[in-house]
Amino acid sequence: MISTDTDILATAEAWAKAGRGVALATVVETWGSAPRPVGSHLVIDGEGNFLGSVSGGCVEGAVVAEAGDVIAEGKPRTLEFGVADETAWQVGLSCGGRIKVYVEPVRA
Amino acid sequence: MDIKLLSTLNSERAARRATVLITELGSGEQRLVKEADLAGDEMAEALDNQLRSGKSGTVEVDGKAWFLTVQAPPPRIIVTGAVHISQALAPMAKLLDLDVTVIDPRTAFATQERFPDVTLLAEWPEEALQSVPFDGYTAFVALTHDPKIDDPALQAALRSSCFYIGALGSRKTHGKRLERLAAAGFGEADVKRIHAPIGLDIGAVSPAEIALAILGEIVQALRGPRRKPV
Repeated sequence: MISTDTDILATAEAWAKAGRGVALATVVETWGSAPRPVGSHLVIDGEGNFLGSVSGGCVEGAVVAEAGDVIAEGKPRTLEFGVADETAWQVGLSCGGRIKVYVEPVRA
Repeated sequence: MDIKLLSTLNSERAARRATVLITELGSGEQRLVKEADLAGDEMAEALDNQLRSGKSGTVEVDGKAWFLTVQAPPPRIIVTGAVHISQALAPMAKLLDLDVTVIDPRTAFATQERFPDVTLLAEWPEEALQSVPFDGYTAFVALTHDPKIDDPALQAALRSSCFYIGALGSRKTHGKRLERLAAAGFGEADVKRIHAPIGLDIGAVSPAEIALAILGEIVQALRGPRRKPV
């Protein structure tokens, strides 16, 4: 079934309690026709497993990669994606929207 | 995020209580405010506005940008009537992330075989509603056509803050229903909350089409229309 916020946040808690490195990504701002609303979550573990979405699948790969660094450093960071972004061709939003994603470590 | 904060957030969600998570995006400083503690909070006004809109977003307070993650309880649907329409409605609602509870004291109707993966309560509404009380994040749908079953639940829904109330039946059936509700002391403003005839007017005929029309109306009540007329 499609994962809801409830599943995602419960999963974040379960993964962290099981001793896995965990990061939580949240859409904090959108411009234009962004595919997922502000507040949408994606949870990622140290091995790159993830649940949820912050876009329609366009930038998840990049967020998962950055999440690895966030877990390793233990510090949050804010990412921006969109057509104006230099990496647009690789991970840009094909819908033409722009999104800002906050990625934070979950500290056990 | 501190795991304790996440734990509290998840347990409040499980108890169907709203919370707002406050994050200062620059420093990562964070705290969680429960619905019950909201009024006394230093950011009460901003929190209240955000919670009422049901949407997460950024607010500026004291020159700092705070991101407010609104965690409202997941919306759900309570149905009276383990009938053909509910059988179609349940799996469709699941795809929409809407939890469904079906109440029907008629044990011939309320069988797990007819309703796999659905919370099914083969009890009278008065009893069943003890375990699944109505709240502002609940939609109520009356589908039995039987006043003995529908009416007590409908009355409870009207006394609650349910975000949607719909009742199946022709205009004539609904007319009689309104008479009974008036006799029970419900005023015009109360009964106006009932969507009847139930569902968006898409000319639905089959049980699945009626279920679709009902779910469309529930989503509309939840989200509100967004497109402007051309």
